[in-house]
This record gives sequence, structure tokens and C-alpha cells, in this order.
Amino acid sequence: MGEYFTLFIGAVLINNFVLTKFLGLCIFFGISKNLNASIGMGMAVTSVMTMSSMLAWLVYHFVLEPFHLTFLSTIVFVVLVASFVQLLELIIKKQAPALYNMWGIYLLLIATNCIVLAVPLLNVENNYSFLLSIVFAIGSGLGFALAIILMASLREKLAYADVPKPLQGTGIAFILAGMLSLAFLGFSGML
Amino acid sequence: MSNWKIFSKGLLDENPIFILALSLCPALAVTTTVINGVTMGLTVMFVITSNNVVVSIVRHWVNPKVRVPVYITSIATIVTVAQLVLQAYFPVLYKALGIYLALVVVFAIILARAEVFASKNGVIPSFFDGFGMGFGFLVAMLSISVIRELIGAGTLCGYPVFGDSYNPMLMMVLPPGAFMLIGYMVAGVKTWNDKREEKRLKEGEA
Repeated sequence: MGEYFTLFIGAVLINNFVLTKFLGLCIFFGISKNLNASIGMGMAVTSVMTMSSMLAWLVYHFVLEPFHLTFLSTIVFVVLVASFVQLLELIIKKQAPALYNMWGIYLLLIATNCIVLAVPLLNVENNYSFLLSIVFAIGSGLGFALAIILMASLREKLAYADVPKPLQGTGIAFILAGMLSLAFLGFSGML
Repeated sequence: MSNWKIFSKGLLDENPIFILALSLCPALAVTTTVINGVTMGLTVMFVITSNNVVVSIVRHWVNPKVRVPVYITSIATIVTVAQLVLQAYFPVLYKALGIYLALVVVFAIILARAEVFASKNGVIPSFFDGFGMGFGFLVAMLSISVIRELIGAGTLCGYPVFGDSYNPMLMMVLPPGAFMLIGYMVAGVKTWNDKREEKRLKEGEA
């Protein structure tokens, strides 16, 4: 049990995907202008990441390894994740239109994104078991959600600040992310 | 548009990192040393150029409805080639770049150039477009990694520059330093581009 807990806390706080591993920055900076959208995106990323990493684990261990095709893992994972997200989008659109109207557009955005692809790759690299890889995916997703929600709240405050002209927009967002990342570095001695 | 123009716009006007703010993950993650940054830059340059050529060759035969999966598969194949080559000849660098090398597959900039430029233009302009964008990316990676390694470790390509008395500022090689540095660099490039734009407008009026 301890192993799972350590991995989970590590993925949420210490090795936060956005702030210490720089994954998913495109959506992190793109979406975090709006708090509600950020919450939706955080949830969408967490659920897609968990499901796609489960799928990728099964494919890697039951298809790629027995046939000695592990060198193809990059291609297989990309196609797998992208097609899974498309399928999920179709199902949600048909079965739960209300949910689709709320979160549908985020699904399209994360179809080919580094943060979703990174989890299967890291699972393989660290040789996680099936359960560990699920815990890792959920932790990483929640870490992303935490970072983007914090960032969105900060940026909403920033709207009232007097920012120097060259720094407006992307520039100040990066510096803000740097401060957040500095704060998250404080967690590094925790475990 | 001449081939030179197509090539040079990737450097400043449409620099993938500083202006478009695309494909940042690796730009921040692997630029802790100059060697890692340059390797990543060269890999991306290779992938984006070859993918542009491939996409522009097959552009008449690909059904528009399935174009994105086709592009992604093409990019993934080229990235796998680059991965295998690096793994065979530079195992240390391959280890240092880690998963970020595989993540080149989902770089927005590569897919964007295939979609915006290579799918509508001939082979030669597409080659120069990819080469220019890749070169702009390489220059950005080089400048970021030089600053980070110099300030954060006091070395350049592993050789000490400032001597023993220099006390390295560790934050620059840690994640927060990367974020803040990019923030200021984006602001710098923006100011410079605005100045050039102003000058161009003034010359137009005169």
C-alpha cells in the first residue's frame, strides 16, 4: 500500500507533470486564462490519461512484448491514444450529449498531446505493474488539474495588474509559472 | 515567395518558440546543457524537414478526411528512425533526452507545418519551410541552453568558463529558472519585433 501512496503523492506534488517535467505546456498556457475551462480540462485530461494508459499497458505487455515489437512503441502509442480519444468523443457525443457540450472540445485538444502520451511511455520506462500504472496516471492527471486550476486563479487576478507592455500575454504567464514551479520545488524533500 | 524568404521567416517572424509559443515542453526540459539542447534541436530539424517533404510528396493521394492520422503516422515513423539512430551511435545522449525524444511525435509545430504549408505546396518550398522552422527552433534551443548552462553551472559544453571562484546559480538549471528565462526571452523578442515593425511602418510613410 505504501508504494502506491508514495507514487501517487509523488506524481501529484513532487514530480508535477506541468511544473517540474514541462509536459502539457501548450494546453496549460492556452486554457488557463479561464477558471471554468481549466477545471473542465483538468478533469478531461485525468480521465483520458487513466483510460489510455490502461489500454497502452495491455497492448504493450500482451502484443508488443510477445512479438518483440517494442521498438515500435512510440508509433503504436501515438496512434492508440489518438484513436482512443476520437472513439471516446464519438461515444460521449452519442450517449451523453450534455457532457459532450461541456467537455467535448477539450477532448479534441488532447488527442495528440504530450501529457497524455507521456504516461504510457513513462510506465514502460519505469516498468510499472498494471495497478501501479493506473495510480501513476490518476496522480499525474490530478497534478495537472491542480497546476492548471492554481494558474487560472492567479491569471484571473492578474487581469487587474499593471503589467509592462512587452511582458503582457505569454511573457508574464511564463514568469508566473516559474513562481509556481519554485513553490512546488518545496515539496521535493517531502518523501 | 522566394525560397530564402520561406526559410528565414522561421527564424524571427514566426519563430516556433519565441513567437508562436509552440512545442515548449522539450525546449524547457532538455536545455539544461548545451549539448542536450543542440541534439534536441537537430533532431527536430531533421524530423520537421523530412516530414514536410514526405507530406508534400503524398499530398495529392491522401484523402483530406484521413490526413491527420496519415501525418501523425509519418511523423512517428521518422521520429522512431531518429530514436534508433541516436540510441545506436550516441547512447549517453539518448539516455539524457529520455522520453522527450519520443514526445517529438506530438510537437504541435511539426503537425502545424504539415497542415498549413506542406499539404498545399510543392516539395522544394516545403523543404525550405521545414528547414527554416527547424533552424529557428535550433537557434532558440541553442540560446536558451547557453544561458542556462552558463549561469546555472558556470560551464559551456561541459568546460568551466568562469573559473573556481564562480558560485553557480542552481535555480537556472532547475525548472523555475527555465520558466522565468523563457518569459523574459519572449518579452525581449517581442520588443525587438515591435521595434522593427514600427521602423517598417515609418519607412512606408516616408
